[in-house]
Amino acid sequence: MKAVCWNGIHEVAVETVPDPQILNPRDAVVKVSLTAICGSDLHLYDGYIPAMRKGDILGHEFMGEVVAVGASVENLKEGDRVVVPFPIACGNCFYCRKGEFSLCDNSNPKAWISEKMYGHPCAGIFGYSHMMGGYAGGQAEYVRVPYADVGPIKIPEHLNDEQSLFLSDILPTGWQAADECGIKVGDVVAVWGCGPVGQFAMLAARHLGAGRVIGIDYIPERLEMARSHCGAETLNHAQIDIQEALKEMTGGRGPDACIDAVGMEAHGGGPLGWYDKAKHLGRLQTDRPTVLREAIQACRKGGTVSIPGVYGGVVDKVNFGAAFNKGLTLKMGQTHVHRYMSELLGRIERGEFDPSFLITHRLTLEEAPQGYRIFREKEDGCVKVVMRPQTVH
Amino acid sequence: MTFSTSEMQNHGINVGGSERLASLLGGGLLTIYGLTRGSFGGMAMAALGGGLLYRGATGHCATYGKLGLNTAQGEGDLRNIRMRESVTVLRPRDELFVFWRDLENLPLFMSHLESVRQMDDKRSVWTAHSPGGLAPMIWEAEIVDEAPGERIAWRSLPGSDIENEGEVRFVEAPDGEGTEVHVTIEYHPSRGITGAAAKWINPLLSQMVREDVRRFKSLMETGEVPTVEGQPRGH
Ligand SMILES: NC(=O)c1ccc[n+]([C@@H]2O[C@H](COP(=O)([O-])OP(=O)(O)OC[C@H]3O[C@@H](n4cnc5c(N)ncnc54)[C@H](O)[C@@H]3O)[C@@H](O)[C@H]2O)c1
Ligand SMILES: [Zn+2]
Ligand SMILES: [Zn+2]
Repeated sequence: MKAVCWNGIHEVAVETVPDPQILNPRDAVVKVSLTAICGSDLHLYDGYIPAMRKGDILGHEFMGEVVAVGASVENLKEGDRVVVPFPIACGNCFYCRKGEFSLCDNSNPKAWISEKMYGHPCAGIFGYSHMMGGYAGGQAEYVRVPYADVGPIKIPEHLNDEQSLFLSDILPTGWQAADECGIKVGDVVAVWGCGPVGQFAMLAARHLGAGRVIGIDYIPERLEMARSHCGAETLNHAQIDIQEALKEMTGGRGPDACIDAVGMEAHGGGPLGWYDKAKHLGRLQTDRPTVLREAIQACRKGGTVSIPGVYGGVVDKVNFGAAFNKGLTLKMGQTHVHRYMSELLGRIERGEFDPSFLITHRLTLEEAPQGYRIFREKEDGCVKVVMRPQTVH
Repeated sequence: MTFSTSEMQNHGINVGGSERLASLLGGGLLTIYGLTRGSFGGMAMAALGGGLLYRGATGHCATYGKLGLNTAQGEGDLRNIRMRESVTVLRPRDELFVFWRDLENLPLFMSHLESVRQMDDKRSVWTAHSPGGLAPMIWEAEIVDEAPGERIAWRSLPGSDIENEGEVRFVEAPDGEGTEVHVTIEYHPSRGITGAAAKWINPLLSQMVREDVRRFKSLMETGEVPTVEGQPRGH
């Protein structure tokens, strides 16, 4: 089959590799009909997630048709059309039973790596480094799906692929980011980053009752999308001082909740921005926490800072005293996608929203290298790239 | 060499204690560390900045402290290597006991074992994987103590290639959900292990037991051991 492989920093290639097989009784194999490139993939592309190896198959946002199931999988059969959540979760462990699927204790065959780095092992994630299990990803014609009796959700025929695909990651991710803010009717929610995750966080905040949603970015078409599709007001951080603007918009109080939908590769200006850039390049710091700093600074006393943006390791010069003395609540982590999928599928079916508004680029799998490049450079108005592997047949 | 002559002739043993122990570690460990496929291991991580964190983390990790090493013979000279690992498994105590007590199940989660054959209720024959063309390591063991649902203790019989013993205790978790599993494994390399070998063998052995215990938990909770062995990848 054809698959998108990581071959080094800023190097991805479409290669011919063997088809995946059932390896465990709870596995399924899915023939991918649509897959996407995520902001998280850019952290791999840019080389900031450790434990990648040349030849690793990328991709954690995908859907398709079940073509084989292992002996223990009873809920799925060949021909079912499913979306697969990006975290790999067993459904049986302490964490899965609490609904904390992205913290699954059993799904990472290389648990020792993250256990050494973080004190505890992380769950497996499709196509997301050997630290997260070394699973082959879904930017491919076929993908093996472990614990297929727990993860995949069946999609009704009347929804098309583009309407359903984002249940795999970014829609639940934006939703959880807003959900964890504990939004009360009328709250002001500020969202840094108007990429796919930020867009869905804004949409979710609106649906969960926020009175005002403020989107922050510097890319005009993304700010425009936030206004037209997510009911947000917007601020361009290249043009104005965000701290001042947020104070002014909230009568001096600050937003009730601040969402960091940017993560470890934030752009930063000023002396601290250069400081981060230098340390990042020297790999003395894995992450550039510009947005985290800003969100903590801007958030009103007693408010919540919710962090769907991915961080990998040590950050520097984060004003923890501000978080402490303002009594902030910090929420973060990989998304518990399984927890949100059926609720969100219901909302899509009822027509509350159609997540496909995000898609700006429809490519074939062979065009993946170009897809990664334009998504990284935010060229050509690119917000979200989806790729269809099966067009070649 | 303190292996008995007959053992030596049987298996053509001509390597010392530390090499035997190293081979006992065998393929299982190499798989754990992903070294069988070349480039990974420390290198990729170091190159990607994770190495920095990784070193920092291991520097503080309690591996050595947990070992209960007996270094009375002098720096790095080991005659008793004791490893302890604990894990909480969300399954009933009795079920875990019964699974473990059927010693033939052990190779399902102990990566260095190829097979265990039960001879009678107490005695069994254990065969370890033998990487690198070394003669297979085989030893006999017996159950020396057991309390149904609570504890199993075993020990290799005198004259074994690698003298070893183990104990597993099953304790109901404080919240009533699941079972704490406490495993202790001891190796007694016949000549002791000296110098550099001692320094790297111990963390590796300790990690091996840790991975075994982790696999046991996964197998009991999910019915399978997670794996990526045999999946496709690029070049
Ligand atoms: N928690 C999870 O489970 C999860 C899931 C998916 C994605 N993510 C993470 O969410 C983040 C965003 O993903 P995405 O797909 O939307 O990526 P993206 O790269 O398309 O979007 C990031 C946006 O942030 C903007 N930005 C950069 N610096 C900024 C700054 N200083 N202030 C304001 N905006 C700034 C960029 O211009 C861009 O529009 C990534 O870190 C990704 O890894 C997390
Ligand atoms: Zn993603
Ligand atoms: Zn789990």
